[in-house]
Amino acid sequence: MGYKADTFDVIVVGAGHAGVEAALASARMGAKTLCLTLNLDTVAYMPCNPSVGGPAKGIVVREVDALGGEMARNIDKTHIQMRMLNTGKGPAVRALRAQADKYLYQHEMKKTMENTENLTLRQGMVERLIIEDGECRGVITKTGAEYAAKAVVLTTGTYLRGKIIIGELAYESGPNNMAPSINLSYHLQELGFDMVRFKTGTPPRVNSKTIDYSKTEIQPGDDVPRAFSYETTEFITDQLPCWLTYTGEETHQLINGNLHRSPMYSGMIEGTGPRYCPSIEDKIVRFNDKPRHQIFLEPEGRNTEEVYVQGLSTSLPEDVQKRILATIPGLEKAELMRAGYAIEYDAIVPTQLWPSLETKRVNGLFTAGQLNGTSGYEEAAGQGLMAGINAALKVQDKEPLVLDRSEAYIGVLIDDLITKGTNEPYRLLTSRAEYRLLLRHDNADLRLTKKGHEIGLIPQDRYERFEEKKALIAQEIDRLEHVSIKPSEIVQQVLAESQSTPLKEPMSAANLLKRPEITYPVIHKLVPAETALPETVMEQVEIQVKYAGYIDKQLAQVEKMRKMENKKLPVDLDYMAINGLATEAKQKLHEVRPLSVGQASRVSGVNPADISILLIYLEQGKLAKIAR
Amino acid sequence: MEFDTITAISTPMGEGAIAIVRLSGPDAVSIADKVYSGTKRLSEVDTHTIHYGKLIDPKLDQAVEEVMISVMRAPRTFTREDVVEINCHGGLVSVNRVLQLILQQGARLAEPGEFTKRAFLNGRIDLSQAEAVMDLIRAKTDRAMNVALNQMEGRLSSLVMRLRQTLLETIAHVEVNIDYPEYDAEEMTHALLNNNLLTVKKEVESILQTASQGKILREGLSTAIIGRPNVGKSSLMNALVHENKAIVTDIAGTTRDVIEEYVNVRGVPLRLVDTAGIRETEDIVEKIGVEKSRKVLKEADLILLVINGNEVLSHEDENLFRAAEGLDKIVIINKTDLEMKVDMDRVKKLAENSPVIATSLVKEEGIDELEQAIANLFFAGGIEAQDLTYVSNSRHIALLQQTIHHIDEALGGIEADLPIDMVQIDITRAWEILGEIVGDTVSESLIDQLFSQFCLGK
Repeated sequence: MGYKADTFDVIVVGAGHAGVEAALASARMGAKTLCLTLNLDTVAYMPCNPSVGGPAKGIVVREVDALGGEMARNIDKTHIQMRMLNTGKGPAVRALRAQADKYLYQHEMKKTMENTENLTLRQGMVERLIIEDGECRGVITKTGAEYAAKAVVLTTGTYLRGKIIIGELAYESGPNNMAPSINLSYHLQELGFDMVRFKTGTPPRVNSKTIDYSKTEIQPGDDVPRAFSYETTEFITDQLPCWLTYTGEETHQLINGNLHRSPMYSGMIEGTGPRYCPSIEDKIVRFNDKPRHQIFLEPEGRNTEEVYVQGLSTSLPEDVQKRILATIPGLEKAELMRAGYAIEYDAIVPTQLWPSLETKRVNGLFTAGQLNGTSGYEEAAGQGLMAGINAALKVQDKEPLVLDRSEAYIGVLIDDLITKGTNEPYRLLTSRAEYRLLLRHDNADLRLTKKGHEIGLIPQDRYERFEEKKALIAQEIDRLEHVSIKPSEIVQQVLAESQSTPLKEPMSAANLLKRPEITYPVIHKLVPAETALPETVMEQVEIQVKYAGYIDKQLAQVEKMRKMENKKLPVDLDYMAINGLATEAKQKLHEVRPLSVGQASRVSGVNPADISILLIYLEQGKLAKIAR
Repeated sequence: MEFDTITAISTPMGEGAIAIVRLSGPDAVSIADKVYSGTKRLSEVDTHTIHYGKLIDPKLDQAVEEVMISVMRAPRTFTREDVVEINCHGGLVSVNRVLQLILQQGARLAEPGEFTKRAFLNGRIDLSQAEAVMDLIRAKTDRAMNVALNQMEGRLSSLVMRLRQTLLETIAHVEVNIDYPEYDAEEMTHALLNNNLLTVKKEVESILQTASQGKILREGLSTAIIGRPNVGKSSLMNALVHENKAIVTDIAGTTRDVIEEYVNVRGVPLRLVDTAGIRETEDIVEKIGVEKSRKVLKEADLILLVINGNEVLSHEDENLFRAAEGLDKIVIINKTDLEMKVDMDRVKKLAENSPVIATSLVKEEGIDELEQAIANLFFAGGIEAQDLTYVSNSRHIALLQQTIHHIDEALGGIEADLPIDMVQIDITRAWEILGEIVGDTVSESLIDQLFSQFCLGK
């Protein structure tokens, strides 16, 4: 019943946040690309919160943009509000977050895909891969279509053997009652992939018309225009607010009285859930001394009354969910539109991947997104982009693009996954990055635009604008380092206005800017630049000058790390045959097969003595002889 | 290859009259120069020459050791790097002081086998030798881990772990404010952070001063010899000093007539101390009563209680036993060359479970047994007298000093009103360094802390 369908360079399976980035990147790099999805109506669908960004995640969105991905541009066109978070803290941890109009987001993304050259968007369920000589050569769909390709990217999200659980009810399903993908999961297991079972959940949605907002606190967007993409020039000014309310004693009593009906506690759920995304019943059990929990009410779009009840993720039975809502101020009369649920799904153990996101087991097969054990749209987008780029590079016979831990949060994310693995759905946190002062949201373009340009995702005109900005920053820093500010009367007065101590002797403008209370505008007042500088340039100058001491410290650490990263290890090294390695280290290294001594040192269970031994072998040139 | 400069004591610990502290690496000569005072700067001397001089502690501006220093420049050295060897007096106290001084100037304490490893990596030795080195690294690491495990139960480790937990909770608090800015956790303010850091700093400083391991190594096990007049206390002291090539030192800050004597008994550093006039202890019990003498005696780590075997137990003897009840002690029955008149059953009863050693100090008998008893008592946990116990402690001291350095940096950041997430860089570093003491730097524990301390989620 099968039939030979078309031939492509790259096939992307799935069109969620990973799939769309993979397909767009691959097509834009010139590879003839097919994107297959179960349902064309759910391209870039947001099954959970209608928001993009936040700490760490928001920086990933900017990194995606700097590399030529789509998420930033798409949310800039479709958000209902945007806020800069952590403005009271240092520049390294500031981050943007947008509330999305989830329907507009989908439509806009689908439109972009439809209008992208080299990209075919098609509905279809992939059930098997075509494997020849250990190489992935295409896919076979449920309808029997056999598509040939040189590389395949799997981005199947939570669909693999998906199972929805609500109270005592459980049934096979993808998110939001969409069809699950059963056969592909079994096929991957047949191919020898190690799979794990993870769990996540989502809260109920209610009708906005039935909410009494007077009992809640308003959470508006920022009143200055914001955008994720460095290229966005049109800003949405008409914003919708979110609202804050709280659970209370009554809520907690109700939940405690119904715990026996929760699948979490009845043993129905076998998958591991993320600690950072606990259900409300979990929060109440684990933090029983907390008198109330925050509930954010987030509109799902401009043309819908549906409101996402953030903070109330639950898998309690539907009738209990209704009663819980009635205990929350403002939601007493709220009409439930969709019940919350838990969903279990299969993910592959990510230590089976190379840093390029190609699988070690099957050449030409890449995986990205929730399938790799992560959670979050941004984590998915970052991986999807890298998998798409590397699939296209493979087709072009080029070396893969791998970002290291000092270059991007995307690098931290992928390195963590493939080196350490994860035993719960993985979420990016700023604390996972060692060099977060270097991985700022404001400098993602400085870190990555060049790389995006080199692989062909950043067009020439954008690259030239970027180079211009970079030059302006360098010039201005150079000027500030050389211009001297003398302790004149005017200067002392300006300093006094800024609550800064007077100058005793002349000081370079750069050194003055290092004072915590002195901002760039103050410097500009004292020693104005010849031409007015764009705001992003002024911001960059201020950060780079003010925090130069800390930045240099981190750069020195990066230098050390790089030395270890540059010591390469052969992929076919037989660790079992290296005398002196501890047994645990042998096993872990054998499993992960790190590409460098640096990566090896991050494998859990490998200690510094093992690294010394590896170094000794490396220096002696014995590695080649031990290689299998 | 490019390396930092490492240092370690290269001679076996314990009995030698001379010990060598070795440095290897690009800054070996300049580091030694910072503390060396002689006729020439070491940077100016010819390679492969040896020089007499003094080591000066720059903080105190005071000479601490007489030394002979060899300077050997790369590449004709063991490691093929610049090597400096400092020959100083043997014995734990003096050699440890030299090592500390060098560590404070910026050298890093060498890992087990690291000199040999460098020799290999710099192409100095061949593969068969290298494989032996690898066995050494493995074996020494395992042994170091055993020592670490023993220390895990120790006071230092539990203190360090508690401090780490305090820092971790502080860091997690800062992190939750960053990663969950809208979450209703209390905002970690500069003032709050300042308080937490000052508390930790104070504790680290007091560990540095009082942690019993470190104290013993830097100062010796303070040892009081007590007994009635003419039971042989002075002879015992002289015997220990004479046998063990004592270092007699003036301790800064004390009066000249209070002389403390250091002896190294089978790897155990003893400080024969005159705690509150212990040389007149024949009187103290009578003068100040049993309870008050107990308080005085408690300050000693070890008590050597001497009685005269040639006499029956007196009331004063009984009082001394009572004053020393429950404390670490060794009972010495002296004058075995004379007729035994003492009631041994009574002595054993009064001694509780402490060792009882019979000696004739006049005839130099029983001293070996006494020394063995001291060693047994010290190494009661079955720890052998090995350099690793000692070295890892030196390492601890260096790590604790680094911890304070980073806490100071963080405090400076707070003072300068830097954003809290930058201040946190140094707090995290302090936490990591403390982790090296207890052998735990797993960053995942921060994530664990974050989610157990705060109720987060969507």
